[in-house]
Amino acid sequence: MGTIYIDGKPYEADPQNNLLHVCLSLGFDLPYFCWHPALNSVGACRQCAIKQFKGEQDKKGKLVMACMTPASPDTRISLLDPDAVAFRAGIIEGMMLSHPHDCPVCDEGGECHLQDMTVMTGHDYRRAEFQKRTFRNQDLGPFLNHEMNRCIQCYRCVRFYRQYAGGKDLNAFSINNTVYFGRNEDGVLENEFAGNLVEVCPTGVFTDRTLKQHYTRKWDLRMAPSVCGHCGVGCNVTLGERYSLLRRVVNRFNSEVNGYFLCDRGRFAYEFVNSPNRIRTPQLDGEAISGEAAEWEFQNLTSSRDRLIGIGSPRASLEANFALRQLVGADRFFAGVESKEWTLITTMIDILKRGPARSPALNEIEHSDAVLILGEDVTNSAPRMALSLRQSVRQQPMEIAKKLQVPLWMDDAVREVVQDQRGPFFISAPFATRLDDIAAITYRAAPDDAARLGFAVAHEIDANAPPVPGLHEKMRAMARVIADALKKAKRPLVVSGPSCRSLAVVESAANVAKALCGFSQPAMLGLLTPECNSFGLALLGAHALDEAVALTGKDATVIVLENDLYRRLPLEKADALLGSAARVIVLEHLSNTTSARASLLLPAATIAESDGTLVSNEGRAQRYFSVFPHQAEVRESWRWLRKPQWSSLDDVLSDLAKEVPQLAAVVNAAPSSKFRVDGAKVPREPHRASGRTAMTANLTVVEPKPPVDPDSALSYTMEGAPLQPPGALQPFFWSPGWNSIQSVNKFQSEIGASLRTGDPGVRLIKPSGKGEYFTQIPSHFVRREREWLVIPIEHIFGTEELSQHAPAIATLAFKPYLALNASDAGSLGLANEGEELEIELGGAKHRLPAKILPDLPAGVAGIPNGLDFAFGEVFPTWRRIERVS
Amino acid sequence: MAQEKPLTEAIPLDGQALSLRGYEQAGGYQGLRRALREMTPQAVQEEVKKAGLRGRGGAGFPTGMKWSFVPMGSDVPRPKYVIANADEMEPGTFKDRYLMEGNPHQLIEGLILAAYATQADVAFIFIRGEYRLAQERLARAIAEAHTAGYLGKNILKSDFALEMILHVSAGRYMCGEETGLLNALEGKRANPRSKPPFPPVAGLWGKPTTVNNVETLVNVPHIIAKGFTWYQGLSRSKDYGTKIYGASGKVKRPGLWELPMGTTIREILEEHAGGMREGLRFRGVLPGGASTDFLVEEHLDVPMDFLEVQKAGSRLGTGTMIVLDDRTCPVGMTSNLIHFFAQESCGWCTPCWSGLNWAKQILAAMEAGRGKPVDIDKLSFQTKFLAPGNTFCALAPGAAEPLQSALKYFREDFERHIREQRCPWK
Amino acid sequence: MLTVAEREEIEAELARYPTKEAVCIDAMKIVQRHRGWVSDESVRDIAELLEMSPADLDGVSTFYNLIFRKPVGRHVVMVCNSVSCWILGYEKMREHLTKRLEIEFGETTADNRFTLLPIVCLGACDHAPAMLVDNELHTDLGPDRIDQVLEAYK
Ligand SMILES: Cc1cc2nc3c(=O)[nH]c(=O)nc-3n(C[C@H](O)[C@H](O)[C@H](O)COP(=O)(O)O)c2cc1C
Ligand code: SF4
Ligand code: FES
Repeated sequence: MGTIYIDGKPYEADPQNNLLHVCLSLGFDLPYFCWHPALNSVGACRQCAIKQFKGEQDKKGKLVMACMTPASPDTRISLLDPDAVAFRAGIIEGMMLSHPHDCPVCDEGGECHLQDMTVMTGHDYRRAEFQKRTFRNQDLGPFLNHEMNRCIQCYRCVRFYRQYAGGKDLNAFSINNTVYFGRNEDGVLENEFAGNLVEVCPTGVFTDRTLKQHYTRKWDLRMAPSVCGHCGVGCNVTLGERYSLLRRVVNRFNSEVNGYFLCDRGRFAYEFVNSPNRIRTPQLDGEAISGEAAEWEFQNLTSSRDRLIGIGSPRASLEANFALRQLVGADRFFAGVESKEWTLITTMIDILKRGPARSPALNEIEHSDAVLILGEDVTNSAPRMALSLRQSVRQQPMEIAKKLQVPLWMDDAVREVVQDQRGPFFISAPFATRLDDIAAITYRAAPDDAARLGFAVAHEIDANAPPVPGLHEKMRAMARVIADALKKAKRPLVVSGPSCRSLAVVESAANVAKALCGFSQPAMLGLLTPECNSFGLALLGAHALDEAVALTGKDATVIVLENDLYRRLPLEKADALLGSAARVIVLEHLSNTTSARASLLLPAATIAESDGTLVSNEGRAQRYFSVFPHQAEVRESWRWLRKPQWSSLDDVLSDLAKEVPQLAAVVNAAPSSKFRVDGAKVPREPHRASGRTAMTANLTVVEPKPPVDPDSALSYTMEGAPLQPPGALQPFFWSPGWNSIQSVNKFQSEIGASLRTGDPGVRLIKPSGKGEYFTQIPSHFVRREREWLVIPIEHIFGTEELSQHAPAIATLAFKPYLALNASDAGSLGLANEGEELEIELGGAKHRLPAKILPDLPAGVAGIPNGLDFAFGEVFPTWRRIERVS
Repeated sequence: MAQEKPLTEAIPLDGQALSLRGYEQAGGYQGLRRALREMTPQAVQEEVKKAGLRGRGGAGFPTGMKWSFVPMGSDVPRPKYVIANADEMEPGTFKDRYLMEGNPHQLIEGLILAAYATQADVAFIFIRGEYRLAQERLARAIAEAHTAGYLGKNILKSDFALEMILHVSAGRYMCGEETGLLNALEGKRANPRSKPPFPPVAGLWGKPTTVNNVETLVNVPHIIAKGFTWYQGLSRSKDYGTKIYGASGKVKRPGLWELPMGTTIREILEEHAGGMREGLRFRGVLPGGASTDFLVEEHLDVPMDFLEVQKAGSRLGTGTMIVLDDRTCPVGMTSNLIHFFAQESCGWCTPCWSGLNWAKQILAAMEAGRGKPVDIDKLSFQTKFLAPGNTFCALAPGAAEPLQSALKYFREDFERHIREQRCPWK
Repeated sequence: MLTVAEREEIEAELARYPTKEAVCIDAMKIVQRHRGWVSDESVRDIAELLEMSPADLDGVSTFYNLIFRKPVGRHVVMVCNSVSCWILGYEKMREHLTKRLEIEFGETTADNRFTLLPIVCLGACDHAPAMLVDNELHTDLGPDRIDQVLEAYK
């Protein structure tokens, strides 16, 4: 730390930072555009100009860009200097030469960084008289709207998209005041993180196209802190609702988890909540009944003599699962997950609890300096984690910049000195993944071989780790290279997960992590989970779903919680489980095959309409809060299932903490419903929300009583404490003068660092021992004659169940295919991609168009995970494949 | 004593290029021989430093000092690069083309010496796409130099090796800015790069790189062959050596002349360029290309060297002058200049892409008879707005120079345009 | 599809640079030499050969003014519009050319013989006004000279 002087007053500042970072951290309002806390400085927009003085005697000073100037000790600067003030207003004036005056019809209006900065600089009078330049806009696909006339050429979009997210199909074209930011031709943006452009763009060039379908002014949105439920990573999101429609999702900053960015699945899946497939009224044997009748019926059915079988869900909250478990008893509570997957999940939890390696938060992943991925296509199975992994390869080369004394925040300069040097990054997956471009080694292997590589690496690191029998010299050499790189690293990371459906793969990853921990630095072990609460359910404890089949019978009532068993079990098993029961009670929010079998169907609240806790793959318990006030007959699942003595979520949580000690900390994931800031609740609506008295004026002139929320410390209206609540309760980021998402600056302890009131979430899993080496090493994969080992392939769009009900995502969902490598395809006499292949799946023969995945190992075939007729298949599985002639 | 013209005296008058043989007969490649035989790289740097050679590309940075920033020794990043900046796109500038077309080997030798002094492994000549003839002649000369053992492995039987590549660009003024040039050479958009790191530390593909102007480089063989004392003696001023001066516009004999550094504007314009054309009077001059401030009659006796021109309120720049006469509209000329800069702005930093575009529109409207009194304020605001340091690179501040000086010296012409709502010269 | 000749010429350039990307401008110029301009299809083909994305390459192609992304006539006339030529009669020259060729800047004559474009200073300021026809420099231009010069390009 050193002292710097800002307009004559001394402040403490970290010389490692730049002056913009320092000024914003100190709470000054200094405008900027091209700088972004995650993208650092390039000095393009010149908006952050300040005066710098050589010493106390220097009265004249010189304009410098704050973002490009280090906060060296004794730096003297002025933000208020008239030259600097005039220059900053001049920059806005320059941008406004070409920016249309369309704020009243612009989707960004009211949440626009450019608007904020314009007001901040005081530029309020148009001196220019000439025509503005105009552009043709592009169709960029279902997620983003493009309005290039609004562009101010800050280059943030291409910097984020290309440099940060690794995208290739967005660029800057042409020069001077007509630089065009778009694709080289119309088309869907290919990068899985394109949606972040909505927030990265400081004005209305890239806006949310799904929001546009049901647009509402941003200040009119009721907002709530939530957690993304569409994969296991647990990104923090903010939901926005108005008139009982979920309007959009934006990123909610959490320095340890998702930072500033989301993936496109997480951002655009929200529309499932508005789906016409929603179950909104209770039904008894297909007839709609009232909520009260349903409650009565439920009581009736569950208090009878029948045996109760409870089937939980890895996509339902801990509270709902716990409520069901309490109702049916631990012995008859089932995970709602088939046994192979359940074994994988419980093994992973076990590894993390007993082993020495810690599961990393995304922020730690980003800062890891050597990575080995075993058996995962992370971009498709845990997308946001892939974005963090992509940053990790920058860690080691940063040392070059340090040596040349290039400050690490000077983004372009760092990239120049680093060039295309990357830190060690290794991927073993059965097929090409979207992170291959940054990998030093990619090894395409069948699951068994990927595991063998992992075991071999572990053995190279630690001779006590079991050796791999019959190891090929080539693989040993590769293992040695990987082992050496991991050993040299300060923060090595191993990533694996269940996508290959291979216990050996996960165990081999555990061995590598354990070997590294023994070697020197503590290694991290990132294990993906298939769903948003897989780990929560596992920590709660449950039996594998298959076991329920044996238990069902004429005297059994099966209660299914937010789960479509037909996605989990082979058809005949699911039919047996549900069909032989006396009664089936289903709590669900979207109609599906299981809900169609319900004798009593209870409309369950989605994540947007309920409060609850999810445990991410990091082992972090995070609370989400409803954004909708109570919705007709729709209720939180835990409410349908509740014990009479539970009146609010707090009661469920306190029982949960008592009953399940390893989940005790869950209570601390967020403050309880009793919590108050200065005696008041935290408002879900911003102060700027308008039209409250008019919202229902077409029905009544009496303003309805504001809805109450018994379950949380949040109020549904704008009434409440204007102060910053604890991070977990932060419904939105807004600060006077900062209407855009950039206002998060005002909530952080320091720019880019944790929220001042703490980042949300509590970690439940701590490594507690040394673990054991796994010793079951599979033998080398051997292909079979005329049979293929069929593996599932994850897709960011199409694999996950709920997101497919969002229309924008549905348009991008995978089309069915059967993938083979080129020579295997040739051996079947296939001439072209798209020709039909026949395969037996789920007990019937199906025809699928062939897809050539050049890198797929010989003898391995792939089908997209999420193909409806393949539900219930336990992968990997050997199958004959024939060409349809 | 007859004036020495080391850079140009050997250039044939018939428009042909000096051959390799002709160059050698005129003393060519002697500097290289001397350097390889008896000088260490540091000694070459030292000689150039003592000679006081300053860059002829516009900024006047001391060449020897630039070379000394390149990390030397066995454990530095490699390959190291040297680049001849032959982009010459500054309006009014035509000296490098003449030097390359007339005596390509002189540039090649200069570049080899620069490479030797910085122990570079690869040399590029970055030449603009329109210079077709210079490209052909350089390509041939590079091949000849290879055959003759001046390039390749074991140059002149020493253990110094160098590859030389002619890179033909595809247009844009920004490619002449040295970091924009690096991006262009790497096949990217020619936006400038942040400095630091400076190219001698991290340049082309992140490796140490020296960029020098063509005219700068052609001085080097002579300095090495004949020594710094001789070189200093060529000049009439504290900036040493000779300078290729040029003049265009409505002078009697537009052209280029190699003269002692420090020759006055008057001497160049009156003696060498033959004065103004019949019936025209001198009104002003851009002394060093389009991005320098106008000088006027009172400055005619200013010696054309770095220091004196700066004292007079302008820059030596490229040393090629553009003369404004009394029948040419100063507003129109400024408008033409700003149009150029606005068009060539790379589009990276706001003041440049927006400010120059605005100034361009204001000036065009003024010329077309639609000027307003406030326009002058708006234009002078722009000149301050585009001051050095306010923009990312030197393009926009360069553009501001002719504008600010035109407003100063020809203000009445601007006001008249506005008053009369027309261009009085049309 | 790139022709064999184009491909060979591009591949010959690859040996001179450490990255494929560095050859992209040369590659576009090679294609332009063969076909007069660089079409969308050529952008895709070159990008593929150099392992770039079409957007990468087009970001570059649209930066530089000597890469033509639209078809041009058999001969490209580029008229210097910078300051020295302007002083010495660029406007008149432009008027003469547009009248004679019956096209404006950026257009191609009906017979596809000429495309007319402006260009920045050609470094021929001592012989202004100047223009370039297919990379050949013509200087000291007046209306008669211009007519004479154009005659030579069929
Ligand atoms: C916009 C711009 C264009 C430039 N164009 C050229 C050029 O065409 N040729 C040149 O030698 N220097 C040019 N320069 C100067 C170079 O950046 C650099 O200073 C020069 O090549 C260094 O060589 P020197 O030290 O030998 O003068 C330009 C600078 C700017 C800002
Ligand atoms: S001043 Fe700015 S926009 Fe202009 S050329 Fe330089 S970097 Fe580009
Ligand atoms: S924010 Fe500093 S120059 Fe853009």
